[in-house]
Amino acid sequence: MRKSETSRAGWWFLLVVILVYLLVGLIKPAVIFPSLIFLGGIFLKIWWVFLFVFVLLSFLNYYVQPKHVYKYLGKSSGAKGWMMAIVGGIISTGPIYVWYPLLNELQKHGTRNGLIVAFLYTRAIKPALLPLLIFYFGLTYTVVLTIVMIVLSVIQGIIVEKLIEVEK
Amino acid sequence: MLADNTPKQAVFKAAKAIWRSFPILFGAMLLVALANTLIPKAAYGYVFFKNAILDSFIGSAVGSVLAGNPITSYIIGGELLAQGISMTAVTAFLVAWVTVGMVQLPAESILLGKRFAITRNIAAFVFSILAAIITTAILGVL
Repeated sequence: MRKSETSRAGWWFLLVVILVYLLVGLIKPAVIFPSLIFLGGIFLKIWWVFLFVFVLLSFLNYYVQPKHVYKYLGKSSGAKGWMMAIVGGIISTGPIYVWYPLLNELQKHGTRNGLIVAFLYTRAIKPALLPLLIFYFGLTYTVVLTIVMIVLSVIQGIIVEKLIEVEK
Repeated sequence: MLADNTPKQAVFKAAKAIWRSFPILFGAMLLVALANTLIPKAAYGYVFFKNAILDSFIGSAVGSVLAGNPITSYIIGGELLAQGISMTAVTAFLVAWVTVGMVQLPAESILLGKRFAITRNIAAFVFSILAAIITTAILGVL
């Protein structure tokens, strides 16, 4: 998809979502106001993540050349690349969609799709939320699930990358 | 070692990338808010059959459709366990909640490519069940 097509598709997507809201508003008007309140809550919680992503993007545009991305996150990045994707996924905060613009830029710069998959998968491991997970499900469960997720993120990354290449 | 952009150009490009993503991100947030309001938390318990294998699939499917803060998934997961739903099903639900995003799929498709988004989400769905089976199997022998 070309850049202009991407931005046009985005506006079309937003228009469809607004139409969905109008439709739901006609059928169940009581739902709209709480949804918008919830939306406000999301904004209040994640505005700083947007700011952080903006700073990261600026940093990426200024300091990073495609050849650096190829070296550290490209086809020949090896174990280091997987490590960076996993650690990045674990320490990244906020909703998944906030990270799409940055991942989109990295993808355009030549980052392996497998690493993006691993990044998105390991986002399920949240250090700040681990105490809560331990509280609900126990320490052993939390440790085992975390290790299983890290291992599976690499396997999933490799499989998805191969599947995308085959489909091409 | 620096890229060809001046600091001003780098910031401008970043702002442009965020602006390009704005309708997609805003649309995804609107959908997440609507899904959270439309589906009451108590409704989740009714879709399970108390069959470990079938429930793992259902857990993953429910987690895939829903979105929101992982804390919400922990609370619902704890409630489901208390209702007698298997640990495998609850784990599949927890993992799918964060890794599979049906609500965010349109946004992911537009920004990362349709082929990438569909393949990744299907794989994440399957892997949420796998992660659940492996985790509970390991816990069983510990």
